[in-house]
Amino acid sequence: MSSTSLALPRVTVPVAVPPRNALAAPAEPAWVRRLLIGVALVFLVLFLFVPLATVFAEAFKKGIDVYLAAISESDALASVKLTLIAAGVAVPLNLVFGIAAAWAIAKFDFRGKQVLLTLIDLPFSVSPVIAGLIYVLIFGLQGWFGEWLRDHDLKVIFAVPGIVLATVFVTFPFVARELIPLMQAQGNEAEEAARVLGASGWQIFWRVTLPNVKWALLYGVILCNARAMGEFGAVSVVSGHIRGQTNTMPLHIEILYNEYQFAAAFAVASLLAALALVTLVLKYLVEQRVHAQMRAPLIEPQSSPGATP
Amino acid sequence: MSIQVRNLVKRFGSTVVCDHLNLDIRAGELVALLGPSGSGKTSLLRIIAGLERPDSGSVLFQGEDATFVDTRERNVGFVFQHYALFGHMTIFENVAFGLRVRPKATRPSEPELVAKVTALLKLVQLDWIADRYPHQLSGGQRQRIALARALAVEPQVLLLDEPFGALDAKVRKELRRWLRRLHDEMHVTSVFVTHDQDEAMEVADRIVVMNHGRIEQEGAPDAVYDRPATPFVLQFLGDVNLFRGRFGHSPGGAAGADDVSYVRPHELAVLGTAEDGSLAATLSQALTVGPRTRLEFKRDDDGSYVDVELPRQEYTALRESLDLHTGSHVHLKPLRVTRFAASR
Repeated sequence: MSSTSLALPRVTVPVAVPPRNALAAPAEPAWVRRLLIGVALVFLVLFLFVPLATVFAEAFKKGIDVYLAAISESDALASVKLTLIAAGVAVPLNLVFGIAAAWAIAKFDFRGKQVLLTLIDLPFSVSPVIAGLIYVLIFGLQGWFGEWLRDHDLKVIFAVPGIVLATVFVTFPFVARELIPLMQAQGNEAEEAARVLGASGWQIFWRVTLPNVKWALLYGVILCNARAMGEFGAVSVVSGHIRGQTNTMPLHIEILYNEYQFAAAFAVASLLAALALVTLVLKYLVEQRVHAQMRAPLIEPQSSPGATP
Repeated sequence: MSIQVRNLVKRFGSTVVCDHLNLDIRAGELVALLGPSGSGKTSLLRIIAGLERPDSGSVLFQGEDATFVDTRERNVGFVFQHYALFGHMTIFENVAFGLRVRPKATRPSEPELVAKVTALLKLVQLDWIADRYPHQLSGGQRQRIALARALAVEPQVLLLDEPFGALDAKVRKELRRWLRRLHDEMHVTSVFVTHDQDEAMEVADRIVVMNHGRIEQEGAPDAVYDRPATPFVLQFLGDVNLFRGRFGHSPGGAAGADDVSYVRPHELAVLGTAEDGSLAATLSQALTVGPRTRLEFKRDDDGSYVDVELPRQEYTALRESLDLHTGSHVHLKPLRVTRFAASR
């Protein structure tokens, strides 16, 4: 193909610039606005900020030494380690599953699609305690596989595998739920374009599909991780609360609290609270990225000196 | 490369979207698939591209059966209505995509690739935005990039699915002419889908009119317009008045009592006095848009409406000579009548 001197007509495109002040100030009188904002602020402070501040205040109440001792104590460290293991297994598993499920649901039509969609939501609709009980009923000594597991000397319930399983179950929907609407909205055209251009299935996935959903994916992973580390109910049922062995951070906090070790309980709690704050910041940054890409300005075609041949 | 479509059938559930289609497209031709939505034109295009599998029948490229050849190996370029550009890649990378995903053996070296992509961007006259992202471009620019991307793999066949459908009227008109000239220079066999008869008439060498999964007629734009094979083609290619019963003796010959006669609005003469084969009518509305005037008449005999279209100056002249105004009685005489044997 040659570079021709085909004269393209000057395409003068009217560039629609959305008015900057599209959200003009409402017409309500000033006192109504102040009242509404005031009510919202009081609520925020009372129900969100004060409890969060209390966690940190209580944690440092008896001084930094007590705080450091509480979080470096061996049982506390063991609970942190177990929490990290549970999240470390659950998040990658649900990442892979979430992408696969979203891919299948958004890009293909098959029988049982609605059933799959409903099943993905199951962990959201079932109480976490029930989720824990399900695993006890399946893997517990009186459960379906209980005797077989005992005979082969495998421990699931009241051991690390049970905690990981329960965590995987409750965090199951996060990644998939985040990806499915986005992938459905994006449709198949980009993938089809890539295929016509000669890309293989893997090339399409890595070069087109994944980059198109990467921020939503990261968002899902952040939420999934936060839930995995903070999960209490389901893990509590399958854990057995063996100190230093099967206690995750939330369970450890509960035990300390029940033993009136408030400073220690709040010290460990402050770690989880800090994690929550970090998660929120990350979530905010990711959302900024997503929005920034959506709101990028159009460029006036005439503005470049190279526009006119 | 020539394309042959043989006895092609495609169903979606109980809907037949391609009903035993047969079509020959010669090498280097620019063909328009024209039809209303749901006529099967897009499905036919997607089957040619390999994006859909036919239920039966075959597609031949240059005489060789390509029905089951994977899209990747068909060497076609496809332009989507909504561009389908890769939003996370720069314009340059979008155009380079088809070259980058090639297996190592056939992949061009980096300098070759840069030279080729730059040449393509020059061809569509957008080399100055190579490092921008698709969302920063206007619709017309995006579609030109989509075209450059499709041409980068040096396709034997270029397929365009409503390529200008999402653009506003002015840009659409300019891009149409540009596509026509581009095709005249490159001579790549091209098929494009459209529901806009003006677009098909203006751009294509040959028009294939489709309806309900069947081909109603194919031929050169003028031939299809002047000698429509079916009432559907006649009505789809422009406005038409429909007369039942005896009407229009002179140019079209006498009509039987059950015949339907079709006359285009610009092929009716407005007369002050009755003539052989004319029809008494009353002017009910006159509407001038730009250079043309549309007149709406009410027939005196059965009260149905007849549209007449004429150039603005002619209308002005007529208004003076006949003292034409709303409510005036005149006579309409067809200059040209189309009838179809064995009415449907």
